[in-house]
Amino acid sequence: MTINKFVIGGFLILGAVVFLIWSSTAATSEYFLTVDELNAKGADVLDRNLRVSGAVIGETIKYDAQTLTLSFEVAHVPAEQALIEDEGGLAEALHQAVIDPARARLKIVYVGPMPDLLRHEAQAIVTGKLGADGVFHADELLLKCPTKYEEAVPEQSASR
Amino acid sequence: MIADFGFGVLLVAFLASLYSVIAALYGEFNKIPAMVESARRAMLLTWPLLTLAAGILVYLLVNDHYEVKFVYEVTSRAMPTYLKVTAWWGGQAGSLLFWSWLMSAFASLVTLRKWDRDREFLPWVIVVASVTLAFFIGMNLFFENPFRQFYQTFNNEIAAYTFQPANSILFTPADGQGLNPLLRHPGMIIHPPMLYLGFVSFVIPYAFAMAALITGRTDDRWIRLTRRWTLWAWLFLSAGLVLGGRWAYDVLGWGGYWGWDPVEIAAFMPWLTGTAFLHSVMIQEKRGMFKHWNMLLVILTYDLVIFGTFLTRSGVLSSVHAFAQSAIGPLFFAFIGITLITSVALIIYRWDLLKSETQMTSLLSREALFLLNNLLFMSILVVCFWGVIYPLISELFTGQKVTVGPPFYERATGPLWATLLLLMGIAPLSAWGHSTLKTLGRAIWIPAFGAVIVTAALFVTYTQNVFALVGFFLVALVILVTIYEYGRGAYARSRSQGENIFTAFWNLTGRNRRRYGGYIIHLSMMLMAIGILGIELFQVETQGTLAVGDSLQLSGYTVRYKEVASWDNPGAGVNHTRAVVEVYDKNGNLLGNLHPRKDYYYDTQQPMTIPGQLASLKDEVYVLLIDWEPITPVGTTFKIFVNPLVNWLWLGSLLFLVGVIIAAWPDKDPERVTVRDGKRVPQASAAD
Repeated sequence: MTINKFVIGGFLILGAVVFLIWSSTAATSEYFLTVDELNAKGADVLDRNLRVSGAVIGETIKYDAQTLTLSFEVAHVPAEQALIEDEGGLAEALHQAVIDPARARLKIVYVGPMPDLLRHEAQAIVTGKLGADGVFHADELLLKCPTKYEEAVPEQSASR
Repeated sequence: MIADFGFGVLLVAFLASLYSVIAALYGEFNKIPAMVESARRAMLLTWPLLTLAAGILVYLLVNDHYEVKFVYEVTSRAMPTYLKVTAWWGGQAGSLLFWSWLMSAFASLVTLRKWDRDREFLPWVIVVASVTLAFFIGMNLFFENPFRQFYQTFNNEIAAYTFQPANSILFTPADGQGLNPLLRHPGMIIHPPMLYLGFVSFVIPYAFAMAALITGRTDDRWIRLTRRWTLWAWLFLSAGLVLGGRWAYDVLGWGGYWGWDPVEIAAFMPWLTGTAFLHSVMIQEKRGMFKHWNMLLVILTYDLVIFGTFLTRSGVLSSVHAFAQSAIGPLFFAFIGITLITSVALIIYRWDLLKSETQMTSLLSREALFLLNNLLFMSILVVCFWGVIYPLISELFTGQKVTVGPPFYERATGPLWATLLLLMGIAPLSAWGHSTLKTLGRAIWIPAFGAVIVTAALFVTYTQNVFALVGFFLVALVILVTIYEYGRGAYARSRSQGENIFTAFWNLTGRNRRRYGGYIIHLSMMLMAIGILGIELFQVETQGTLAVGDSLQLSGYTVRYKEVASWDNPGAGVNHTRAVVEVYDKNGNLLGNLHPRKDYYYDTQQPMTIPGQLASLKDEVYVLLIDWEPITPVGTTFKIFVNPLVNWLWLGSLLFLVGVIIAAWPDKDPERVTVRDGKRVPQASAAD
């Protein structure tokens, strides 16, 4: 009988863990979309938790320090690794996204301190909800600046 | 020129590690001890070689050799020398070299020990360590060469090459890009080396485990040999994690220390399996059980270490840790796959040799509770792993990338952590072999009663939050059980030996350092738990734009704005803007001045927000300078957090260091002690 109680105990733990993972996933998962995908889905994803990634357009960054309200626009960046590689790496893909006026854009509003890494051609990954007005209300903002770390070539090469 | 030399040295180190793999295998199979010795010496040669390569890289970094791409990327003229040295691990290529350098140092240390009793392990330890080393040096040589230099070809194109292309000249930029200022924090300077020390030192127990499996000497000798390595590895890994948290808390300005970022989780996962391993090896030593399990844990830890290095160095998952994509991802993945499959195949091959020597009978016995502890750590691991790979899985099966964030991890691991705390309270009181509810109840009722009183007192004076009360009850239970156990031992010793109680405490700890070091670690974890409960459940925040003399109130504190000033520091290439605020308690007593700051780095065009922090054991007032009016300082905006109890987290981590050092400190005469401990002498043949 001693084996049985360990087996039963094991199954109870396994069941509890599976339940924890399943219920937490169901309750907290977020679609991870590009700007194009978000536009395609539109009204279907209103009031859902979403995560969207795009390239920050520097000149659209506005910050109201009185209310800590930050707004900026991001341009569509492909999500697939292969497409990013095709464009010449993440830094180049972000650069392409920002200079291409035909790319879909999304306005983001975020309330909080302005992140130090927010700048032109950074990759922004925002978590939040899409409002009915088409503005994305972010409650979390992650930023990546790949140019600062990798694939850098001196300025001179670009100017010649 | 000198960079080319560095590349050459790397190449020689790579060949030496390859040679040591081949020579060790050849010597082992053909029973030629001289070949194994030759392999050992080749292994020993890698460290001086890599030290030379690293020295060259550091020389290039310190002396502004911007024609080297890596130097150009991570340093600039404005940076002080110590930052130029630490920029070594500020980018991908350099950190891989740093990994290899540590790996060869540890492998050399191991091969220098006395091998008399364990001669048969030696070739295999060399093979495992050298294969790992060759893999990492290879990454540097073929994909992430830190010595690549800029060359300008005749059509004026500039690019980085390992070898000078035809018809080109060396191109030297005037200044480098500079290390991201966010990485210029002391926590960030020692966080990666600590983490890497932890990562790399876990390779050693793995190498011994593989040697034990291959040679069939599967008793607990390999565990005894690597026990201290594992503890030191665990210490460094833990310290790395805590320092990373402290860095985030001080630098990222969101008033938190842990964001369940994939890269953080990648460093956390080997910690989980490593912690489970530290616990379950005790069962193998004491009871001869869990042998398969321990092998599996050490293999998992090793591959999670590689996976962690891979995750931080590839672009598969989005993360605030901004190391970009690179070609090395698939190779890491292949390496992990091969080592995992080989290792697990070895366990299956040696399955019968690893049979348990005793049966588990009682659900409340110490070994059963340790098993439960292991299952809980593994469950947390599964939650973390699921969270990290869920975007990839969902994309594979539904074509739609779905992610999970911090709420997922908090929700899924919360109950598991709580159960772990409960176990921490019960397990030290249960007996090996057999325990019943009755014997346990008799031991636990005094501490449990104390914990109820503490919880009731907190309910009246501090909080009515149910989660907090459950948490504080468990923390109080563990602390009281631990102190009770410790005190009982010391009391018994002081009676029997006629020592005063403090001497008895000291000697008791010295006599069984592993056990009492472990208790101190448990206590330190509880202090950390107090801090985590405090900041997670009770953090409050506010913000406002203030004129000079105005103030903000939060959680009983008054923050009064005094002044702001802005100035350039041309030598360092930084502009500082610093505000002065006064903090008062609710009775109007001045607690101190804070100086929240915003620095602007000209070389990287990057601002950096540095909070003003007023620390106490009860709360921490954490003030961020958000924005200011440059000319007429009438409207300066602040964001203020009050983080209750958070400093217990940092205090706990200091006590943690003490605990691990007590547990891991070398014995005076390890061989003799091992023999004395080792009542169950090696019994590989009797195992089945």
